[in-house]
Amino acid sequence: MPSQPSSAITIVDYKMNNLRSLENTFRRLGYTASVTSDAADVLAAEKLVLPGVGAFGDAMAHLDDLGLSEAVVDRARAGTPLLGVCLGMQLLFDDSEEFGRHRGLGLLPGSVVKLPAGVHVPHMGWNQLHMRREDPLLEGVRGESFVYFVHSYFAAPEDPHLAIAETDYGVDFPAVVGSGNVWATQFHPEKSQHVGERILDNFARQ
Amino acid sequence: MLAKRIIPCLDVRDGRVVKGVNFVDLRDAGDPVEAGLRYSEEGADELVFLDITASSDRREIVGEMVGRVADSINIPFTVGGGLRSLDDIRDILRAGADKVSINTSALERPELVSEAARRFGAQCIVVAVDARREPRSNGSRPEWKAYTHGGRVRTERDAVEWAVEVARRGAGEILLTSMDADGTRDGYDLELTRRIAESLDIPVIASGGAGNLDHLVDAIVDGRASAVLAASIFHFRQYSIGQAKDHLRRKGVVVR
Repeated sequence: MPSQPSSAITIVDYKMNNLRSLENTFRRLGYTASVTSDAADVLAAEKLVLPGVGAFGDAMAHLDDLGLSEAVVDRARAGTPLLGVCLGMQLLFDDSEEFGRHRGLGLLPGSVVKLPAGVHVPHMGWNQLHMRREDPLLEGVRGESFVYFVHSYFAAPEDPHLAIAETDYGVDFPAVVGSGNVWATQFHPEKSQHVGERILDNFARQ
Repeated sequence: MLAKRIIPCLDVRDGRVVKGVNFVDLRDAGDPVEAGLRYSEEGADELVFLDITASSDRREIVGEMVGRVADSINIPFTVGGGLRSLDDIRDILRAGADKVSINTSALERPELVSEAARRFGAQCIVVAVDARREPRSNGSRPEWKAYTHGGRVRTERDAVEWAVEVARRGAGEILLTSMDADGTRDGYDLELTRRIAESLDIPVIASGGAGNLDHLVDAIVDGRASAVLAASIFHFRQYSIGQAKDHLRRKGVVVR
């Protein structure tokens, strides 16, 4: 899989996670990657990744305090490719019901809701992608590929066609969404071995 | 479908793999990164590093190793062994581990499980339960006690009740080792595994006793485990991870 480093990846650090795996995966793929908490870096980014593990409300508070919410939204609205990962996917939506109602970044219309009763939560482990439509982010990724999930909530878009791939865990939920220059995965591509690498490489080429 | 997981366990001391992993073609089989990478290439779903470093500068040694693993391996990995406090857990997660496993410190102070789950998230707190059967009087139900210090010290805690308690306190997974079966290669303690798996709604990783591939199937099908952990059958190249997965698949178990 030859890579053509064409642009730098900027990973948004809002001080809740270890971002080393994500950064190193991009580097192994041959891209320049950096981690920043500085809104000025976000506003100058060529490609943005919004990662995340943890609680939705805490993450939004951190993003707001660091002045990063506005920067991410402005940069994405200006057309910069943006990839949300795990909680970073959920943050792109309008709001979440995790521990009360919290406002999100509002880049994608929809709400974040809890996984249904009757399945073990968190949904943790390797589960499959069911392809719903073609998209360059999943180019070269076979249907039914396994990727690594850790989450208790999922994003329910207003427009179901936002889903590029879905996963079945008590409910069919969007595992990958995309709209224009904004993409997101509910799973962790940086922990999903070769399938995940392919997805991150595809994103870096957008 | 959510896949059942196969998890090789590597014992490390002073940043080196001990109990030798028999990869003949590895440049340095004692390097946790090389051994871990090999397993991930073979299809391991996660890795567990059990640290037994005893030296006074263990924090630095372990932190450095965890960082190197995180830099090179793109499947999830758990680090356990000697984690005493929230600060110890924080350091390992900051260094790049996806999960930590705690045992002795949790039994000594159960609040640690609640505090760690609240602070770092349930998904990264694995509680290792080392269980050994109690001698049975005629006709009584089997009982297991939880052990600390690598299985050396018996506690008065019933292992099943302890597992239920840590799940209630927010543990994300139970790593269940049968001290009776460990090292025997006669198979997992299926009765223990099933008792605990059916008492909980968090995943149980079965450990201790794997000697052949049917044992892995039994732990999942009869024991209701979500994952199987094994060391020697993989280290000594008795089977590859790929062979284990093929076998599970043939038996109708969903694997990656």
